[in-house]
Amino acid sequence: MHPPVAVNRAELPEEVQDVSAADWLRMYRRMATIRAFEEQVNELYLSRRMPGLAHLYIGQEAVAVGVCEALRPEDTITSTHRGHGHCLAKGARVDRMFCELLGKAEGYCRGKGGSMHIADPDSGNLGANAIVGGSAGIAAGAALSAKLRGTNQVSVCFFGEGALGQGLLYEVMNMASLWKLPVVYVCENNLYNEYTHYRETTAGDILARPRAFGIPAEEVDGQDVRQVLAAARRAVARARRGEGPSFLLCNTYRYFGHHVGDVDRSYYRSREEEEAWKAQRDPLRLLRDWMIAAGLAGPEDFEAAERAAREEVAQGVAYALQAPYPDPSEVTQHVYA
Amino acid sequence: MSTPSAAVRGPAAGTVREISLAQAIREALAEEMRRDPRVFILGEDVAEAGTPFKVLSGLVDEFGPQRVIDTPISEAGFVGIAVGAAMTGMRPVVDIMFGDFLTLAMDQIVNQAGKVHYMSGGKLKVPLVIRTTLGATRRSAAQHSQSLHAWFAHIPGLKVAVPSTPYDAKGLLKTAIRDDNPVLFFEDKMMYQVKGPVPEEEYTLPFGVADVKRPGRDVTLVATSSMVYVALEAAELLEQEGISAEVVDPRTIFPLDVETLVRSARKTGRVVVVDEGHRRYGVTAELAATIAEEAFYDLEAPVRRVGALDVPVPFSPVLEDRTVPTPQQVASVARELCGRN
Repeated sequence: MHPPVAVNRAELPEEVQDVSAADWLRMYRRMATIRAFEEQVNELYLSRRMPGLAHLYIGQEAVAVGVCEALRPEDTITSTHRGHGHCLAKGARVDRMFCELLGKAEGYCRGKGGSMHIADPDSGNLGANAIVGGSAGIAAGAALSAKLRGTNQVSVCFFGEGALGQGLLYEVMNMASLWKLPVVYVCENNLYNEYTHYRETTAGDILARPRAFGIPAEEVDGQDVRQVLAAARRAVARARRGEGPSFLLCNTYRYFGHHVGDVDRSYYRSREEEEAWKAQRDPLRLLRDWMIAAGLAGPEDFEAAERAAREEVAQGVAYALQAPYPDPSEVTQHVYA
Repeated sequence: MSTPSAAVRGPAAGTVREISLAQAIREALAEEMRRDPRVFILGEDVAEAGTPFKVLSGLVDEFGPQRVIDTPISEAGFVGIAVGAAMTGMRPVVDIMFGDFLTLAMDQIVNQAGKVHYMSGGKLKVPLVIRTTLGATRRSAAQHSQSLHAWFAHIPGLKVAVPSTPYDAKGLLKTAIRDDNPVLFFEDKMMYQVKGPVPEEEYTLPFGVADVKRPGRDVTLVATSSMVYVALEAAELLEQEGISAEVVDPRTIFPLDVETLVRSARKTGRVVVVDEGHRRYGVTAELAATIAEEAFYDLEAPVRRVGALDVPVPFSPVLEDRTVPTPQQVASVARELCGRN
């Protein structure tokens, strides 16, 4: 670890000028964990060791990590079918995540949820959701609950740009604005509604939609964790002050397919496009390059972070692969509380 | 709607008043809101308006707009918000003005509320009550008259109450609010002014316990919600012909008190099931099948079903009245079962 170095403040948004090199490096480590986790998930799928499907978050790591960095442990999130990154960023453990993905008893949901339904209330995660836009109500409800209970918690609603097609989102944004609910809408625009470019599905100006409800909205470089954290801190602070919801449109990119089995993507996007994002807009590389150039860390720090992330993932998946399945009798448990 | 027969069983002892079903609902809500600060009401025109049926009148005066919250006309949105609030420590009671509007919130009820506890391996709970209406004959036509309770009883994770009397409605609603699961609570919109005995003292009624509304020997009439009154009138008609009909009200269709239904079926050997949902694939089908499975060798005749006609509810009174089960129709089916045409 390098000694603390003064960050070049001129390069940073005001909201993140107090963030130390150690904290940026910790965020890097978390993004590296998400990436290594997802690479392992892909490997599990390709080697047919994982039942079902998974939707990989690789390429979008800065959004989950930057937003969750702005939150307190007691703040809540709702997530999506592409939710592994959100869960890990909010504090889920790698081994128990793998257990859930493999349907094991020690999974966060005792194997009943799987990849698309991981919930961990202990870390403030109210659940991934396999209905696109389906958690928008839950996120606003958690915010209403926080307000009624007077807890000062903030609720974050993660969703992809595909959810912009769902009416529920607009119904709840209307109420969140009317009632000044402490909720932050984080729209991750990875450009593709499954296999269709969002330009083919999304009319007009996206930011005009939240603004029509009186919700402040801004566009954020979702590949730059510094920008994401700054915007998230602005939105969270506003929510915490009781001033109501915000909307962050985070521009990002999904490196892999809609799901692990979506390998032939040429009919909806080009290899060149994918390579350009990876080469020029990779969230891990952007943070690393900036930190090295700013003298905040050396290459060995990032190698160490990546090594540690890979190790954590290797240990986690090894643990999960040998972990026991739930007893079949559990199938009828938890239908009713 | 006729008033309940004197044979309808009510409270046993203590100070008893005659109050309407609407007042019983209002009392249940007020008592639970006084008892538990986590309980709050959410829905369209629930505050000053007190709903179009005036069921909630006055609650906002006692509890304020923070706990009796008027929403926009966004059923999916406010049901979703209630789900999220329920998952995080509150106990919302949502008002869906007409049961037909549940269709707008199906994802939030079926995919979210009904599955969160299971999907999370038991970690999250959704203590949510959705109060809504069922029932035709209000001349409100096809989109304000449906009885859709069967849909929700089909979904593991949901509970469904269909009370018929003020006494049952109050006791069951208090139980619903204290339940840690999502409960769909259906009130027949034509029953709100029905009066019945309700004790002053606090009480609750358990889910999954049927009530014999009228004892009898020759035929069992299983009936839900307002169909209990149809069955009771049918029983009066049958009585005049020397047929003794027992009327059994399940009160909740999930959980279902199979034992009481089967006991009555075994006793009488003949069963007619009456429900205001559409006949096909409906509550009558489930109850009839359950009774047939459990009591087949004690039955004198096949279980018969009387449900709403399988058409959208029409507007014209002469048409609409053809769609809903009547006492005469129920009595006629019971008569056939008893071999008395």
